[in-house]
Amino acid sequence: MSEMNYLTADYTLKSWFLTTDHKRIAILYFASLIFFFFIGGAAATAIRIELATPQADLVSSDIYNRLFTMHGIIMVWFFLIPSIPNTLGNFIVPLMIGARDLAFPRLNLLSWYIFMLGGCTTLFAIFAGGIDTGWTFYTPFSTLYSNSYVIVAAAGVFIAGFSSILTGLNFIVTIHRLRAPGLTWYRLPLFLWSLYATSVILVLATPVLAITLLLIATERFFGVGIFDPRIGGDPLLFQHLFWFYSHPAVYIMILPGMGVVNELISCYSRKQVFGYKFVAWASLAIAAVGFLVWGHHMFVSGQSLVASLVFSFMSFIVAVPSAIKVFNWTATLHKGSIHFDAPMLYALAFIGLFTIGGLTGLFLACLAFDVHATDTYFVVAHFHYIMVGGMVTAYFGGLHYWWPKITGRLYSEYWARTAAVLIFFGFNLTFFPQFILGAEGMPRRYHVYPPEFQLWNVLSSGGAVILAVAYLMPLFYLGYSAFFGRRAPANPWNAPGLEWQTSSPPPGFNFTTQPVVTRAPYQYNRDFQAEPQNA
Amino acid sequence: MTQWRPPLSLIGAWLVLLALLALTVTLAYVPLGAGNAIVAMSIGTIKAGIVAAIFMELRHRSGLTLVFAGAGLFWLGILLWLGLMDFLTRT
Amino acid sequence: MPESSAFAPQYASIPHRDHTAELGMWVFIATEVLLFGGLILAYLVYRHAFPQGFAEASRHTEIVIGTANTAVLLTSSFLVAWAVEIFSPDTARITTWLLMGAACLGLAFIALKGVEYSREYGEHLVPGIDFQFAGPRGNSIQLFFIFYFVATAVHALHMLIGIGLLIALAMICRKAPTTRHHTALHSAALYWHFVDVVWIFLFALIYLPGRSSS
Repeated sequence: MSEMNYLTADYTLKSWFLTTDHKRIAILYFASLIFFFFIGGAAATAIRIELATPQADLVSSDIYNRLFTMHGIIMVWFFLIPSIPNTLGNFIVPLMIGARDLAFPRLNLLSWYIFMLGGCTTLFAIFAGGIDTGWTFYTPFSTLYSNSYVIVAAAGVFIAGFSSILTGLNFIVTIHRLRAPGLTWYRLPLFLWSLYATSVILVLATPVLAITLLLIATERFFGVGIFDPRIGGDPLLFQHLFWFYSHPAVYIMILPGMGVVNELISCYSRKQVFGYKFVAWASLAIAAVGFLVWGHHMFVSGQSLVASLVFSFMSFIVAVPSAIKVFNWTATLHKGSIHFDAPMLYALAFIGLFTIGGLTGLFLACLAFDVHATDTYFVVAHFHYIMVGGMVTAYFGGLHYWWPKITGRLYSEYWARTAAVLIFFGFNLTFFPQFILGAEGMPRRYHVYPPEFQLWNVLSSGGAVILAVAYLMPLFYLGYSAFFGRRAPANPWNAPGLEWQTSSPPPGFNFTTQPVVTRAPYQYNRDFQAEPQNA
Repeated sequence: MTQWRPPLSLIGAWLVLLALLALTVTLAYVPLGAGNAIVAMSIGTIKAGIVAAIFMELRHRSGLTLVFAGAGLFWLGILLWLGLMDFLTRT
Repeated sequence: MPESSAFAPQYASIPHRDHTAELGMWVFIATEVLLFGGLILAYLVYRHAFPQGFAEASRHTEIVIGTANTAVLLTSSFLVAWAVEIFSPDTARITTWLLMGAACLGLAFIALKGVEYSREYGEHLVPGIDFQFAGPRGNSIQLFFIFYFVATAVHALHMLIGIGLLIALAMICRKAPTTRHHTALHSAALYWHFVDVVWIFLFALIYLPGRSSS
């Protein structure tokens, strides 16, 4: 390679593990998250194999409890929450705002080490024997009765929380203070608005989870604690504290995906995002209102009727900004010059799957329907449509879109499109039957079920096979392209964002001269470079 | 000569804080019924306000810093408001 | 002021760096507010449920030590604010003494806290280790003391971190301090004052209720 870039600057291990370059830290996160994704995926595979038949043939109920807990904890805290912010966000944010790095580069590296410490602690809990509480750690089971490694797992999640907080803090301050000259708030790409909103949640919600897990660990360790019903403690207080974090955390897991989809939709329809300001403020509205809805997880828990009514009403309100986004993306497509490249396929899949997930969320916000659907597969299907259908799909879309910038290479468009289509079909086949199962009353978290549910479960397990294969595919063709792909130009998609103005891959401090911004984002012209033909 | 004396505002803040501490402890022993809790929390809030405004220099700050300082309190308010709502309206 | 090393490349100037660091510290403080916020919610929920139990429990706390500790912390904060105000290479010695004084007051706070804990242990008021309370409100009093120990322990942990920062800065300030150290001192001071504010509220919640009745 003729010029130095962040990858070729140094090849020693030390230069990677002590780097403060946000791009290299993003790569460290990439590698770690792939690892955790496959651990969580392995648990999901075991679950779907078990559920292919009504009887218990693969695992006992005890092991099954540990499997879905492991799947939940790993996927939520060690994949979904850090997924887009810590990988794509870490890499792209400084490039997008024309900065040389994040505001606090050493804090950024520290955040990765804390994340890995938390991850290893949690893995230790899993391999030492596992946890059987579900990812929600509900008391008093988790504190007084569970005979598993609750304290260690809680410690792992507690530690990883500080990594989230540091990343959120870094993004907030960076977006406020390090924007290039001329880059006003309304000239920011919408990806940054959504990452800003995400960071607000990371910073303000995560500490409440931390203190709650600390209380759980204390109670378990000393055999008495603040949620202990024997001395008048209220387990519902735990649920309030837990969901004060964990509901906003759902928006941590979807807002960055929405941000990526803005970039993809506008690039591959060669148009400005319709209603820019509405989409921008909708991100912040979701972050703010998302804090007011947590009680909808507790409709059947025995909380007061007043609380249920207020939380139900708020849950309907939070759908409004999400709907604004969906309508604006659709309007962006209107009369656009649409190219069905792999990232666009992911973006379109996101819109459809997120809409289904969001609308079924409204069902669940209805007090009466929720009583029927609570703890059934309807809920499982609903949140997988948001988390997997939404966030993971957007993650893959963003990964393909920025892949040439990250690696300096072009991937095979043919294989990328194939994988995108397979993921879409595999996903729907896996999770749509679960809506039907849930509506028919199949409860979640059981490893046996009545034979009449078998048809839908077999379809779901079959879909999971397709999904698993499709998720493995990028590992191969993207991995191949990273070493043998055609070299990417600085701006392969002819996009106007600042991240495309520097070379691919970018040099050490991103820009050789300080970029200056003079216009609004998304000023696409219709000439799309013919999509790269990979040999 | 180098200026090493503390500004009067700092000394004043320190003395007022100590005086408020004496006041709140004294008032805690005066039977006011539900008023005791209100007095204790109000004096606590005033003390915290003095620390924030003078020791933490918020009175010299504007805009963004104030918003950031206020955001934590605002979200604390959400947590306490919606969290307590359930327990206060149980039947 | 002498500048030993230039500001990091992502900043445009020294004031740019300083303002950015200050904002970062305020974001961190917002996080901390919510960390203690979870505990405060737990306290308020149980105080609402068991008002008499909490009043009685509060009367068993050591208000003399609590008040003394509040005064100690407020004074320590004052010394740190003073050090920030006069910081310059010419006042390095005084700054060092002020910071060491603040750190010593912090240690005094911890020591008094230890005395308090040991007295509570002697009175069998430590839930999970040795808790015996004769009377109808034993359970809610136990809830109060769980809150008390968790909240004061988390606060004491913050104190220890702060004391470490103050001692480290005092050591650095002895030798040619630069604007970078002023920024670091300013951030540490914000943290120290915040820990002070947390204590002001813990003091009002733990020691003051129920004093006027019995």
